[in-house]
Amino acid sequence: MSLNTQGRPTAIENVDTSGQVGGAALLPDEPLLFEIGGPDHSGVDLDDIEIDDAFLGGQKRETPLDLPGLTEPEAMRHYVRLSRLNYSIDAGLYPLGSCTMKHNPRLNEKAARLPGFADIHPLQPVSTVQGALELMGELAHWLMVLTNTNAVALSPKAGAHGELCGMMAIHAAHRANGQDHRDVVLVPESAHGTNPATAAFLGYKVKPIPAAGDGTVRAADVEAALGPDVAAIMLTNPNTVGLFEPEIRKIADAVHAAGAYFYCDGANFNAIMGVVRPGDLGIDAMHINLHKTFSTPHGGGGPGAGPVVLSEALAPFAPVPFVRKTDEGFELVEHGEGSESFGRMTAFHGQMGMYVRALTYMLSHGGDGLRQAAKDAVLNANYIKARIKDRFSMPFGSQHCMHEVLCDDSFLNGTGVTTLDFAKAMIDEGYHPMTMYFPLVVHGAMLIEPTESESLPSLDAFADALIRLADAAKEGDAERFTNAPQTAPRARLDETAAARKPVLKWTRSSDA
Amino acid sequence: MRYLPHSEADRQHMRAVIGISRTDELFGAVPDTLRLGDAVDLPGHKSEIEVDRYMRALAAKNRTAGEGPFFVGAGAYRHHVPATVDHLIQRSEFLTAYTPYQPEISQGTLQTLFEFQTQVAHLTGMEVANASMYDGSTALAEAALMAQRLTRRDKLVVSGGVHPHYRDVLATYVEPDDGLSLMPTDVAAGEDLIAGVDDQTAAIIVQTPDFFGHLRDVKSLADAAHAQGALLIVCVTEVISLGLLEAPGALGADIVVAEGQSLGNPLTFGGPYVGLLATRNAFVRQMPGRVCGETLDARGRRGFVLTLSTREQHIRREKATSNICTNSGLCALAFTIHLSLLGEQGLFRLAKLNHKLARNLSGRLAAIPGVELLNKTFFNEFTLRLSRPAAAIVDALAEHGVLAGVPASRLLPNESSVENLLTVAVTETSVEADFDAYVSALTEVLK
Amino acid sequence: MTIRYTEDHEYVRQDGTTGTVGISDYAQSQLGDIVFVELPNVGASFSKGDEIAVVESVKAASEIYAPVSGTISAVNDALSGSPDLVNSDPMGEGWLIKMSIDDAGELDGLMDEAAYTDHIA
Repeated sequence: MSLNTQGRPTAIENVDTSGQVGGAALLPDEPLLFEIGGPDHSGVDLDDIEIDDAFLGGQKRETPLDLPGLTEPEAMRHYVRLSRLNYSIDAGLYPLGSCTMKHNPRLNEKAARLPGFADIHPLQPVSTVQGALELMGELAHWLMVLTNTNAVALSPKAGAHGELCGMMAIHAAHRANGQDHRDVVLVPESAHGTNPATAAFLGYKVKPIPAAGDGTVRAADVEAALGPDVAAIMLTNPNTVGLFEPEIRKIADAVHAAGAYFYCDGANFNAIMGVVRPGDLGIDAMHINLHKTFSTPHGGGGPGAGPVVLSEALAPFAPVPFVRKTDEGFELVEHGEGSESFGRMTAFHGQMGMYVRALTYMLSHGGDGLRQAAKDAVLNANYIKARIKDRFSMPFGSQHCMHEVLCDDSFLNGTGVTTLDFAKAMIDEGYHPMTMYFPLVVHGAMLIEPTESESLPSLDAFADALIRLADAAKEGDAERFTNAPQTAPRARLDETAAARKPVLKWTRSSDA
Repeated sequence: MRYLPHSEADRQHMRAVIGISRTDELFGAVPDTLRLGDAVDLPGHKSEIEVDRYMRALAAKNRTAGEGPFFVGAGAYRHHVPATVDHLIQRSEFLTAYTPYQPEISQGTLQTLFEFQTQVAHLTGMEVANASMYDGSTALAEAALMAQRLTRRDKLVVSGGVHPHYRDVLATYVEPDDGLSLMPTDVAAGEDLIAGVDDQTAAIIVQTPDFFGHLRDVKSLADAAHAQGALLIVCVTEVISLGLLEAPGALGADIVVAEGQSLGNPLTFGGPYVGLLATRNAFVRQMPGRVCGETLDARGRRGFVLTLSTREQHIRREKATSNICTNSGLCALAFTIHLSLLGEQGLFRLAKLNHKLARNLSGRLAAIPGVELLNKTFFNEFTLRLSRPAAAIVDALAEHGVLAGVPASRLLPNESSVENLLTVAVTETSVEADFDAYVSALTEVLK
Repeated sequence: MTIRYTEDHEYVRQDGTTGTVGISDYAQSQLGDIVFVELPNVGASFSKGDEIAVVESVKAASEIYAPVSGTISAVNDALSGSPDLVNSDPMGEGWLIKMSIDDAGELDGLMDEAAYTDHIA
């Protein structure tokens, strides 16, 4: 045969991994908007009107804004180009343990943008926003049924804000009951960092509870730490190592017997919704991350929403505002005078945009679908675990996990590869890394949460990639890891330099 | 169930690989007696068309701002957001990304945060800004705690012109016996804040334009605070005002917080919004929240990372500056895109237009018998003293199709002195016909 | 001049009644790149075991405890611009604070070089 050498090359020779990789047109280096735009660029058409200064009290701006603008085509291109530098759940599996990166349905987005929700003001007459209040009431109903609780504070803006809300309700309850002296909060060592931060924020001393050898908290250890000075325990269930706390009911009973309250971190509610109700487990307060469990998008770091369900004991202390159903319709209780409400968490009524999205998701799934979602999330995690268990080290691996798989780094011993290296190499395999170095209770932690959104072929491809990397590490191909990522828009970034000499905003180079 | 990809055969295969026969076996740690079985007391799943119909029906029960004359403000403002903004923030790569903890594959989010921080710093006249807070009210509470840490003092002198709900949030975050000193409600900007400042004062907290619309004298407050070693916290609830008014940083503010909703974000019944927090370089280690910084990658290319994270909860745990984790990333992106579309020229023109329209309407309303304009200064929001309680007037005007503003009594129900006060906000979204409708309806209702 | 170490990897170098305090070479190697050091005010008094300073790397913040009781007589201002000195010369230019020691007897409870070497082995 004669070789036709006129066609396009189908193989690449001399791969240069030292310079730019990927097509420059698809992975652009994009300047800052201030380096593109100009002081007279604008993407809006507004006339330069004259005004008189009579009502400005001599406070007219004299300091130049120095904010270059962009015309509309410039803005479109700038932000589309920047967007291409991001990984996203829409584009690939996002196995961040404890973050629940599930599919974000677009029906949610469509509903949130209905003018009847997006174009209403929090301080309009209540008679003009009855649909909004009904929606809040409906969302609250779903959350209370799913958790078997008596009340829900919707207004917290995110999980950590919800923790603050729940712990403030506990604080207020103790105060009302003459138990002000209780100044200790028990927090397991495996807890999210927000838990001790929240407790300390309210002036509590944090007393760590160790985990037992199987990664769970023993009722006996909690009992030993309880005393007349303990205000509450903050426990995550399922916990941060991916296990359901088997003694949770005993722990709750012991906590209540000691006169303390049980705060449950609901970050991992996705594993159990529709399967078991936290209220039946004895919890007094639990925040629910609508941006994890109920599919509102993470948006590159927010906004979220952190409603808090409350037991009968804590319900009277809930913050304002809240919605109440009356014979004439829905009313909004905006002031706590004369009640035991601990106060107000935010200027308005919370994250309405997230309520709409979450309720849209709940209605789409229904009670049956939510339950199936939880079961699939747990099934998927255990499937990944089964697929990779021969190659990875799992400190609590003898048990079935819930919705996430925890590995430590002992399988990398002697390879010269760290958890960080392994995570960065996953980028070159086409994946966002798993959560790493959390929880702190295991060495070099890797926490993998596939969520229920992944299909079987997707899970298999992901497991294959993990196995491929584990084998490569053991075969001594350390460079594949230590130089990773090679295929991303950026190689590893110098975080030390960033922290030693912080550059936190753009400065015009002529100023420098 | 359209969001769940598995077939029953898939599940069967997976159970076999795991070595179980029923998925329920995976929940073995859940006490038997507490498992729900198949009964969840909630409706079953619904098709997209059914859910869409339900949500539309709910939405239709609300009177939208765009349906008619609309003048409601008091901390949330209806501005026109260019169509480009909503398109861009719905890009998958922005909408469905997580917090940018893996900077190599998150440069899009990180660079926009860097742009956001720069914009906030320039708007407020400060040296440094964080990557956003939940909203203006929580940003103010965090700023108050930050001032207490910086000065190692407790006392916070809070102006009576600060938004009442912001004051409520402050009172939730800072216990009264921890130094919170709330000045009485101040409808005429006549209070003497300086008299309350002493050598135990951590900060003066003032809002400008204040809740009633008055512009406050930031400079003299800054001087008085600094003379006692205290800080000045300036709060802005209408960020468009910074296009026309002097930057608080240029007047001596030490921390500036703002509600950024007006740029890029719809009203959405109060949230999600975006809090801004800016301060001096020297205070950055006590600044709460995430912050993005510039650095280089291993090949010498400019890139961005989250930095100074030792202040944050996931590292400092009980010693963190705040427990904040998730913030308002996508709202901050909308803010940044909207502001980049405006540019300094567009923002200045927009602010002037807001002011001019508000001047126009205030003059027309004040000419109605039984209506008095309270303000000598304002930006795009002013307060009227009516001849009768404002709440009932607002309800009556709503019957006429005019959402006339916010009666002060809604936020201050126990203060009879504000019963007749109505705050009115005017933005570029109003047209002359809206003003005509307002004037004729108010004239009618007050007869 | 004697050097004593604590179990938490602080050292104190005694020179008369003055002690120079820093972190050991082992500690800096474990912490990674130091990016920020928070130091106390001169004149402040601390009891043995009190938190006197914080040493931060990119991903961790470590509290430094007073190895002995005393009053701060000097802090190493060079660290604000060059925190990397703690990495490059922890026992020398990367010192953290000097304190006037209340009770030199407290030093006896600390480890000498040999004992510390065993401690980290």
